[in-house]
Amino acid sequence: MIEFTIWDILRNLLLATRWTILLSLVSFVGGGLVGLVLLFLRISKRKWLRALAKYYIELFQGTPLLMQLFIAFFGLGLFGIDVPAWLAAGLALILWSAAFLGEIWRGCVEAIAKGQWEASASLAMGRLQQMRYVILPQAMRIAVPPTVGFSVQVIKGTALTSIIGFVELSKAGTVVTNATFQPFTVYGLVALIYFALCWPLSKSSQILERKLNVAHRNH
Amino acid sequence: MNYQFEFGWLVEYYPQIVKGIAITIQLIAVGAVAGIALGTVCAWVRALGPAWAKPVVAAYVELIRNTPFLIQLFFIFFGLPSLGLKLSELQAANIAMVVNLGAYSSEIIRAGIQATPKGQFEAGASLAMTPFETFRHVVLIPSLERIWPALSSQVVIVMLGSAVVSQIAAEDLTFAANFIQSRTFRAFEAYMVSTAVYLLLAILLRQVLGTVGWLIFPRRAAR
Repeated sequence: MIEFTIWDILRNLLLATRWTILLSLVSFVGGGLVGLVLLFLRISKRKWLRALAKYYIELFQGTPLLMQLFIAFFGLGLFGIDVPAWLAAGLALILWSAAFLGEIWRGCVEAIAKGQWEASASLAMGRLQQMRYVILPQAMRIAVPPTVGFSVQVIKGTALTSIIGFVELSKAGTVVTNATFQPFTVYGLVALIYFALCWPLSKSSQILERKLNVAHRNH
Repeated sequence: MNYQFEFGWLVEYYPQIVKGIAITIQLIAVGAVAGIALGTVCAWVRALGPAWAKPVVAAYVELIRNTPFLIQLFFIFFGLPSLGLKLSELQAANIAMVVNLGAYSSEIIRAGIQATPKGQFEAGASLAMTPFETFRHVVLIPSLERIWPALSSQVVIVMLGSAVVSQIAAEDLTFAANFIQSRTFRAFEAYMVSTAVYLLLAILLRQVLGTVGWLIFPRRAAR
């Protein structure tokens, strides 16, 4: 039998970590774009658009991410598309993150004082101009800490894509365990790698939040 | 799209689905009660507890919050037996739920405790209460009331996260869906139905937690 050193295990896990990072980035950026659309729908003047975004968010926040992955993986196949795991994984994660980011950002936009809307309206700004020049620049300041915080959820969410067969850190952990029969070491290392990815983000989210509060107190 | 939807299997496989729902409910019931209890203890340690215990609890909370639930589950189910601790699927799933929710809820509850006005502690002390009695009778319940909405959302999130326990063959709702899928090849329908059930469970759980909050917080009930 081949003996595996810790370094052999770690090297294979780190190689797979690239895919975890790539998938997280794609999901986060894609989710951000769709989330922005959702945000605009959610605060639209038209009632049915607001309702549409609300039900979208309710649906994606009220069902397990794992189920969304399964449905993307098997559901797209019904349309005659041969779905590779990475496509289903990316699609489901983008739609899922969009629901959360849209809702986080809506909270930030609604936290902006009503007077700001009225003032910009009295300057004859259109709704898009109001958003672009008055509301979003202020809302973005509040939005940074929770958005950074949510990126941790995205990274942890990518672990589920191993279940539909996308080979990233978690899947690599399973594969390496099956080869080495050292689940304790392997899953311990996998957990540590995830921790190394997520902890700096969690910490910076906390620090940003504290900084922002200080800025607020001075106003 | 030439796919014919077919839900006939629902009749044949409904015992599996019902069993799956029961196990999912059991998981979240144990997870919520024991998890919030563990979270309360950890929150107490981090906010008011002995100095030596604070870093230990902080390490636990940070480790759990920054790793995926799936890996925690695998570590408990596959990793711990090599230390001689053998667990059944359901035991491992329950432990993972409690450990996971314990860490998340401790952060939420701690925020509630730290928002308690200092005068409340002083009032408790002036009534000759020990620090523990002050915490138990004066601080804890209003703290929980303050953060109950956030805590409820977290419980719902953990319930949805429990779908993952099917990966260690704990026979929850997702396990039932996978089982049906492998028997009937009706993947889309099986996952559609179970997703709908999860959505219903999430809505129901939110209602239940709202009611529980209404019952245990006397000031709210009196209003």
